[in-house]
Order: sequence, then structure tokens, then C-alpha cells
Amino acid sequence: MSVPNDPMRDQGVEVIIGTLLRTGVILAALVVLAGGILYLARNGSTPSQYHTFRGEPSELRHVGGILHSAAHLDIRGIMQLGLLLLVATPVARVAFTVFVFAYDRDWTYVVVTLVVLLLLLYSLGAWRL
Amino acid sequence: MDTLVLTIWIWVGAFVAGLLGSLTGMGGGVVIVPFLTLVFHVDIRYAIGASLISVIATSSGAAAAYVKEGYSNIRVGMFLEVATTIGAITGAMIAFRLPIPVIAVIFGIVLLYSAYVSYRQPTEIHATEKTGPIAAWLRMDGTYPTPEGLKAYRVQGVPLGFSLMYLAGILSGLLGIGSGAVKVIAMDQAMRLPFKVSTTTSNFMIGVTAAASAGVYLNRGYIDPGLVMPVMLGVLAGSVTGTFILAKARVSLLRTIFSIVVAALAVEMLVNAFTGRFSH
Repeated sequence: MSVPNDPMRDQGVEVIIGTLLRTGVILAALVVLAGGILYLARNGSTPSQYHTFRGEPSELRHVGGILHSAAHLDIRGIMQLGLLLLVATPVARVAFTVFVFAYDRDWTYVVVTLVVLLLLLYSLGAWRL
Repeated sequence: MDTLVLTIWIWVGAFVAGLLGSLTGMGGGVVIVPFLTLVFHVDIRYAIGASLISVIATSSGAAAAYVKEGYSNIRVGMFLEVATTIGAITGAMIAFRLPIPVIAVIFGIVLLYSAYVSYRQPTEIHATEKTGPIAAWLRMDGTYPTPEGLKAYRVQGVPLGFSLMYLAGILSGLLGIGSGAVKVIAMDQAMRLPFKVSTTTSNFMIGVTAAASAGVYLNRGYIDPGLVMPVMLGVLAGSVTGTFILAKARVSLLRTIFSIVVAALAVEMLVNAFTGRFSH
């Protein structure tokens, strides 16, 4: 058992979490930027259409569809993959925290963190992979 | 306006929002939706999706900076995230059923409240001497660094804090904001965490809450990559720039300016909602 909320131990964990979050954000931004440059090069002169809600096509709504579009180098699919990486970054942080609490044999918080993780996966529609 | 020109202007606006959000510590999320809907007449549902993504970007980016300070309480944060994620999913579901003018009115009221909170100076609540029964069972007490060394604090009011966090989650999913103000109130007023611990833990929770909402918006087709791209990149660049110039900036003046901007946007949202400009 670790000391409850020991700041020194938490500090080490948080350094890893900070690195994880920063890496996720930078990676996501680079993918979005790359997709964005291609998008503007191809669609820059067409009129914009954000005034009315039409809904995105189904391949840009789900994890599987986004991966599929990006793998086929669809430009909007690449940008959406970058955005998905960003959404996945806090999810990865929660998943990592499950292991931290398990390492401490802090089973109450393993359960708490798993509940948060399952809620996040539910909201992302992960069962529709 | 063609897509290239519109994208550049949205990037510039998002940059300013990210810069002000980072300099004032309020987060830029609260101004993204009014900015996109009032200035560019973007459909509010696309705007909320874009705002959620920018909230994840700034909170995850800022977390790396907070880490060095050693203030956050991981246990309190993770336990309360159960409430905020359930709230976020609830809020996102509600958003798809409410008429757009109703969302705009709620947004206007929350904006006015945010302006008030940022204008008023934060008051430090006296620390509690007694650990609450649930906080004791969940071992939530902790320590935080002060100039005189590590200082212990006790936690209470978990049921009230948890309920307020559920509300913060609903607002996040409904309006696409980080709800940092409600989160901080839940932790420092209801649960009596020290102010620094509240703000740091709140920032660390905001990304998870917004990710839960963003997942629902993505599945429903409200995340448009072409629109979100300049918003995310602009807010991120603005907030990074903000952290570099923070030391030189006059934060109190900026907070006043930002409060006035937010209040003006709130009035504009309410006027537009009541004159039917949102229902087309």
C-alpha cells in the first residue's frame, strides 16, 4: 500500500501523465495540420457550408469508419483522425491511471477509474468498431 | 466567403480566444460558440462540437504545465469524473432534443455567470478541520506545497460536490464548454479543497469531461473536420502563446476586459435567441 495521496509519488505519476497528454496533443495537431493543408489546397476556393446542419457522413462518425477513411487517404478522414487522436488523449490518461491504482493495490479506485473508462468508451461508441 | 478565407478568419478568432483564455485562466471554450455562431453564423450544433474539441486541446496542453506544481488530487479528480462523464453524456443527449433558441438562452445565462465569476476576485474558504465520512472512506485527504512546506488538508461534502459535478458535466455536454467555474466551486466551496488544488484538479478533469461529450457529438455527426481544424489549431496556438507571455501580462486588466467581452457576447446571444435569429 502506498501512502494516501503522497505528493512525491503522485508527482512521478503526473510527470508521465503530462508527457502522455502533451504527446497526444502534438500528434493530433500535426495530423490535423497535415490534413488541413491538403484540404485547403483542394477545397479552398469552394463556398463554405457551415450555416446549416447537415450532419457528417457515417464514415466520419465512428472510430472504424474514420480509421478506414484515413487509411484510404480521404482528406476529411485524415483531419477527423487527428481530432479522434485528440479525443483519445484523455481516454488514454484514464486507462493509464487504472494501472497506477492497480499497482498500488488500491482496488476501490481501480473500480472508480474503470467506470470512468467504460463511460468514455461508451460515449465514443467503441462497441461499433 | 470561400472556404480558405473563412478558415483563416476562424483561425484568427480562435487564436485570440485561446490567448485570452490562457492569460486569464478562464479557458477559451466559453467564447468559441458565441464567436462562431454570432460572427460567422455557423449552426450552433457544429459550433458546440468544435468548442468541445478545443476544450480538450487546451486542457490537455495545460496539464503538462500544471504537473510541475504538484497541486492536483488524483483520487478526488477521478472519483468526481464519474459524475462529470455521466453528466456530459446526459447533457449531449439533451442538446439533441432541445430547440436551438433554448440552448442559446441557457448559453447566454451561463456566459453572464462566467463573466461575473471571472470579474469577482476568488475568496479563499477556511479549511475544514474534519474529514467527511465518505471522504474518509475514499481516502481523499491530501497535502499540497506551500512556501512553508507541505500542508495537509481535509476533504468533506462529497455528496454535494458530486452533485455539482454532475451539473458541470451536463453544462459541458449541452453547451460545449469546460465548466471550469462550476468545477472549482464544487471543489473549493462544497468539498473545502484549497483553491490551488481545486483549480489544478479541475483542469485535469476538464479534458475527460469534454472527451465524453465529444464522443457523443462525433457519433451524431456534429464534428465537422473542415470547421474544427482551424478552431483547434487556432486555440492551441493562442494558448501556447499565452503561456509564453503570461509573466509580462497585466492579468487583472485582462480579466476585466475578458469579463466585459463575455458579458457582451452573453447579451448578444440572448437578444438573438429572443428575436428568433437562431431558429432558421
